[in-house]
Amino acid sequence: MTNELIIKDLHVQVENKLILKGLSLRIRQGEIHAIMGPNGSGKSTLAYTLMGHPRYQVLKGDILYKGQSLLGLAPDERARMGLFLAFQYPVAIPGLSLANFLRAAVDAVKGDQQGNNGKPSIPVTEFRRRLNEKMALLQMDNSFAQRYLNEGFSGGEKKRAEILQMAMLEPEIVILDETDSGLDIDALRVVAQGVNSLVGPEMGVLVITHYQRILNYIKPQFVHILAHGQIVASGGPELALQLEEEGYDRYTKNANGG
Amino acid sequence: MPAKIDVDLDNYKYGFSVPENYVFKARKGLDEDIVREISWIKGEPEWMTRFRLQAYQAFLQKPMPTWGADLSGVRFDDIYYYIKPTERQGRSWDEVPQEIRDTFERLGIPEAERKFLAGVGAQYESEMVYHNIQKNLAEKGVIFLDMDSGLRQYPEIVREFIGTVVPPEDNKFAALNSAVWSGGSFIYVPAGVHVELPLQAYFRINARDMGQFERTLIIADEGSYVHYVEGCTAPIYSSDSLHSAVVEIIAKRGARVRYTTIQNWSRNVYNLVTKRAIAHQEATVEWVDCNLGSKVTMKYPAIWLMGPGARGEILSIVFAGKGQVQDAGGKIIHAAPHTSSVVTSKSISKGGGRTIYRGLLKVVAGASGSKSNVVCDALILDEHSASDTIPTIEIEESNVAIGHEATVSKVSEEQLFYLQSRGIDEHRAATLIVSGFIEPVVKELPMEYALEMNRLIDLEMEGSVG
Repeated sequence: MTNELIIKDLHVQVENKLILKGLSLRIRQGEIHAIMGPNGSGKSTLAYTLMGHPRYQVLKGDILYKGQSLLGLAPDERARMGLFLAFQYPVAIPGLSLANFLRAAVDAVKGDQQGNNGKPSIPVTEFRRRLNEKMALLQMDNSFAQRYLNEGFSGGEKKRAEILQMAMLEPEIVILDETDSGLDIDALRVVAQGVNSLVGPEMGVLVITHYQRILNYIKPQFVHILAHGQIVASGGPELALQLEEEGYDRYTKNANGG
Repeated sequence: MPAKIDVDLDNYKYGFSVPENYVFKARKGLDEDIVREISWIKGEPEWMTRFRLQAYQAFLQKPMPTWGADLSGVRFDDIYYYIKPTERQGRSWDEVPQEIRDTFERLGIPEAERKFLAGVGAQYESEMVYHNIQKNLAEKGVIFLDMDSGLRQYPEIVREFIGTVVPPEDNKFAALNSAVWSGGSFIYVPAGVHVELPLQAYFRINARDMGQFERTLIIADEGSYVHYVEGCTAPIYSSDSLHSAVVEIIAKRGARVRYTTIQNWSRNVYNLVTKRAIAHQEATVEWVDCNLGSKVTMKYPAIWLMGPGARGEILSIVFAGKGQVQDAGGKIIHAAPHTSSVVTSKSISKGGGRTIYRGLLKVVAGASGSKSNVVCDALILDEHSASDTIPTIEIEESNVAIGHEATVSKVSEEQLFYLQSRGIDEHRAATLIVSGFIEPVVKELPMEYALEMNRLIDLEMEGSVG
């Protein structure tokens, strides 16, 4: 059994509209991949589908992780297997403090793996210590943990909170969905440093982005271009730079729509 | 043998009953003889017997409410109006008969008393079987008695105040309570005395077809503070029980009274309660009203802001599951200048349950400079459930600041997905969303009750998701 994520000929529709049309990709442990694409190319669809959003319907193809198909698994089961999605638009949960939420999430992911939630995985003091440590890493004030999850968070705070969750859950496959959007350069640097401090030989990363900017901080070995629901080009980091200069036109115009 | 009815039995942990070994049980049904008999057994002064008999007449004359929940299941002839469980009241738990003591042990009352309460009253059927207050409070002149003892020991105070906040003629169920009341709490806090820990009363129905009619009177003298907490449970029977209480609160100048209810009746209880408070100058009254149990609840705690600068707050949580109707809310009457009020209502309906927020906000002419803010939020967990908001606002004064806001929402797919993407299963995710929804009210509860509330919500959420 390997920890690689294999996406095979993925066809996905949302509300009767076909968005992904045969996407294939393989992410091994220790690899950083970037998927770049213009608006409407299917980037977020890919992110949501990997995580198992109920509205995203897989018509054809498969997603394999640790040798097992993820299709048919609920999002929480995928998370407990080691998948993590940093959301482009994190959702607010009024009344649920970030600390209590993280506690529940850590217990779910790191507790006994039968999906038996609510069993403390680590002692409260240890949890607190780790939370404070990770918050310091992301330059977040301790009081932040008592705020309600994503409620009234600025764009930068939301993205930091996403990376904080990643840091606490220690996933093996991380999908960053437009994590750079809405961030100024300082916030982007902090978030990227946070990500880089967590990335290691055990982790596979998929950076989904419109712009090349974030790739100056989180450096991929593989860059793929997504257009009209398919990967239309793959290469090394130079592909991102080329794209930055030439734009997406070449890729979007060649494809014949969908 | 009590029959079990089709409710989420496993989710109600208090549905047990114990055998009846009672010293007196009135025959079923209600007439003037029963009213006289209750008064006679209690050895009451004649004026109280008259109070009861007049109230009984009012009960006969008053119509059943034609608005609100369906009350056609209330069968006045099939109810026991008075059951005396023991000969005398205990001052220590050792003096309480074994079976009854065991019941309260199972409900955790003696333990709570030891840990964090200033005083406890425990009512079983019609009478308070246990009552105690910390010695130092008694020495400061704080009176915390069951209502019957209050009437015996302080007849002049009871006579002065009973029925002045909620007159017997107020409504059919206030009249009924006034006619057959038994038990409840009598509290007097002397001027300037702050009762730091809560006083708690616990109400337990055990017998089938029981009607419980406790009567509570709280008088907080000038500048005093008291927090009173009530809880309640009952066994599950196939036939319905009736709980119809009256609570009257008088907060004198500068006093503060907080009254917290965690209502968890079994789902065969009609809970029809009249609660009203008067806040004099600079006084504060707060109702924290949490309703999870019962078959039908109709209850609208009211605050009359009678003196300048008086403040009122109503914090309400209702949870209606399968077969439940929670018709609740609150009433605030601004009857003096510079009074202020806040109403925060959080209702949750699930599994076919129905919640109704029914509120009155009234500012009378002359109550200038008054402020009020009303927020009603409803959360509906599935398509079988429903929620209504029926606010009535009557403003007779132009110089006021009034805010009113109502929202109805569902647990969104996006919220569930977000939490699930962090490994939390769907059921737990929905529970976290519901707990967050009521957090603004729960955080106002003392820690022990906040934990209890969250535990009860967990139980209510068990086994289904929207």
